Amino acid sequence: MDYFIELFCSGLTRGAIYALIALGYTMVYGIIGLINFAHGEIYMIGAFTSFIVATVLSIYGFPLLAIVVLAGLAAVVWSSAYGYTVEKIAYKPLRHAPRLSPLISAIGMSIFLQNYVLLAQTSDFLPFPTLIPEFAFMEPVAHIVGSTDIVILITTTIMMLILTVVIKGTKVGKAMRATSQDRTMAMLVGINVNRIISVTFIIGSALAAVGGLLIASHIGQINFFIGFLAGIKAFTAAVLGGIGSIPGAVLGGLVLGLTESFATGYVSSDYEDVFAFSLLVFILIFKPSGLLGKAETKKV
Amino acid sequence: MSLLKEMKKGLFTSLWFVFLTFPLMVIKVDPIERVVRWRWENALYVAVGTFLMYLLVTFLMQRKNARAATETEVDADRESFIHRLIASPRQKYLLGGALLAVAIAFPFFSSSYQTNVMTTALMYVVLGLGLNIVVGMAGLLDLGYVAFYAVGAYSYALLNHHFGLGFWAVLPIGGGLAAIFGILLGFPVLRLRGDYLAIVTLGFGEIIRLILENWGEFSKGPSGISNISRPGLFGLELNLDAAIIYIYYLMILFMIVTIFIVNRLQDSRLGRAWIALREDEIACQAMGIDKRKTKLVAFSLGAFWAGIIGVVFAAKTTFINPASFTFLESAIILAIVVLGGMGSIIGVILAALILILLPEYLRALSEYRMLAFGAILVAMMVFRPQGLIANIRRTYIFEKEKSPAEKS
Repeated sequence: MDYFIELFCSGLTRGAIYALIALGYTMVYGIIGLINFAHGEIYMIGAFTSFIVATVLSIYGFPLLAIVVLAGLAAVVWSSAYGYTVEKIAYKPLRHAPRLSPLISAIGMSIFLQNYVLLAQTSDFLPFPTLIPEFAFMEPVAHIVGSTDIVILITTTIMMLILTVVIKGTKVGKAMRATSQDRTMAMLVGINVNRIISVTFIIGSALAAVGGLLIASHIGQINFFIGFLAGIKAFTAAVLGGIGSIPGAVLGGLVLGLTESFATGYVSSDYEDVFAFSLLVFILIFKPSGLLGKAETKKV
Repeated sequence: MSLLKEMKKGLFTSLWFVFLTFPLMVIKVDPIERVVRWRWENALYVAVGTFLMYLLVTFLMQRKNARAATETEVDADRESFIHRLIASPRQKYLLGGALLAVAIAFPFFSSSYQTNVMTTALMYVVLGLGLNIVVGMAGLLDLGYVAFYAVGAYSYALLNHHFGLGFWAVLPIGGGLAAIFGILLGFPVLRLRGDYLAIVTLGFGEIIRLILENWGEFSKGPSGISNISRPGLFGLELNLDAAIIYIYYLMILFMIVTIFIVNRLQDSRLGRAWIALREDEIACQAMGIDKRKTKLVAFSLGAFWAGIIGVVFAAKTTFINPASFTFLESAIILAIVVLGGMGSIIGVILAALILILLPEYLRALSEYRMLAFGAILVAMMVFRPQGLIANIRRTYIFEKEKSPAEKS
């Protein structure tokens, strides 16, 4: 039973992270109908930035709390900046191009960013500093649930609550919902659609950065290639929940995380990634609209 | 726009990029030695580089806009130099013959290393032409193309290892197996929309690679299969140099056959159906084209070529392991198709030669190879979506003057 709970908790943790990244995919898809292939790389850049800032600060002897706050802030700021710039360079000029063009451009951007980090930093795995201490009150259950798991779950819950408030309650959120429903109509009622798209990219990137920071401190090492796999898995989560739907992304992330955790725990750990990919292929074949998504009707 | 204003905007852009690249370019930490290296010189390079880039891009955009404003009607006359060159059959055959002569003579005045590099480039030409059927003509974005390449390579390696089958016996088997895999994958996923198809094929490519890596009893895992025999020539024993030259000539032969077939396909009923499907699926179905069958044929034909080249690859290197079949390989082939111009045969050949030979001869640049491939994909989509050498569609031109009402 302990083993089951352990797998369940690690699945939830994984799932929460996937959900954080999946939100970026789903929001961008909801607004401009593009699979932002470079989103995984934004997450990787978030993890790298927090790694650099945290290590520099710890070398200069800052206290742990300051390191955590500053590293998190830096990750969010720079990831958002990258997300914004990527949209401006690679997607904005292609707003009216055929459907495949922005996708190819996104793949190019993803390869570019990967190799940019590889050349600017290193290709080795880097040890990520421990940012989350082992809490004393977690001692009795530490063999089942780690402190990091708890911190990750709480942080992602808070992030998702903030996101819900922003989308449901603020003016920007309202404009975002309007743009995703009908871009032309939104423009006609005076919404600056380009600005809303930029805001969407910035919010999605900020969430990915938080995900990057959390998972890097959970796993304990990073390298330039982590974005590729995480990106595909988060995309799987987004599709599983129904792409374009925000609760769907969270649900999809959790389902994927639990599936992976149980599959590796009870079946085989060698094929961890194969499970995720197969899940993706099967959903797309049998239920492309996802768990919570609406089936798309095409008018001719 | 005034020059000063442009300069100011360029300055802001470069400042933004200095900020953007600051943590990754300037700071480098060593977490084990616990030292920080500040590389301030990189910030300067980024600033100057972005500024120049900005001016270049602005200049190009202005020229493009100016050209678009002045030339709308005379598009047909603005065919590129190469198109004019091959317009007349005599020039075309002359040029083709000359190129062929150079290609045949090549191994005699270059080292076997050079020949080997050239063989690799030719393999990418054929791979590019194969993917061109899928992406360029049928408009199906296949990101798992390398999976079919792997199927071909592994079928030769395994059949040779276990049963001692030769190159020529496996060549059709490898191609056929890859085509069957293409159909197996294509059958359920081809009804998906374009961008989903891209991701599913990507997932499929990764699944194949992961299985090859982890299923040790079948594929010998990450250590790969070695001692694969080279292609035979009527039972002759070839030494290493001769074998390299032999494979080079084989590739030239394959390339010519591929060019011939792809060229014929393009003008066939099937080829026209592909192009029509790419342009408008619904109209196509209304015209009575079986959407699924047509797409499946494109998919499996593309896979067939990848399988054939996979067999050649295994025979050429005599050693394969799953590391040769990563997503990046698919991305390189896609970059070739995109750079050359989707659907354009000459474009793909040229692009493959450029993208494979350039990093090989400019060793200093080879580190930046993948960076450049990524940048090429973005830049081509933004600035020149039709590719280096655009594919010119066959058009019928009416000589009769149109009335003004029709023109609009």
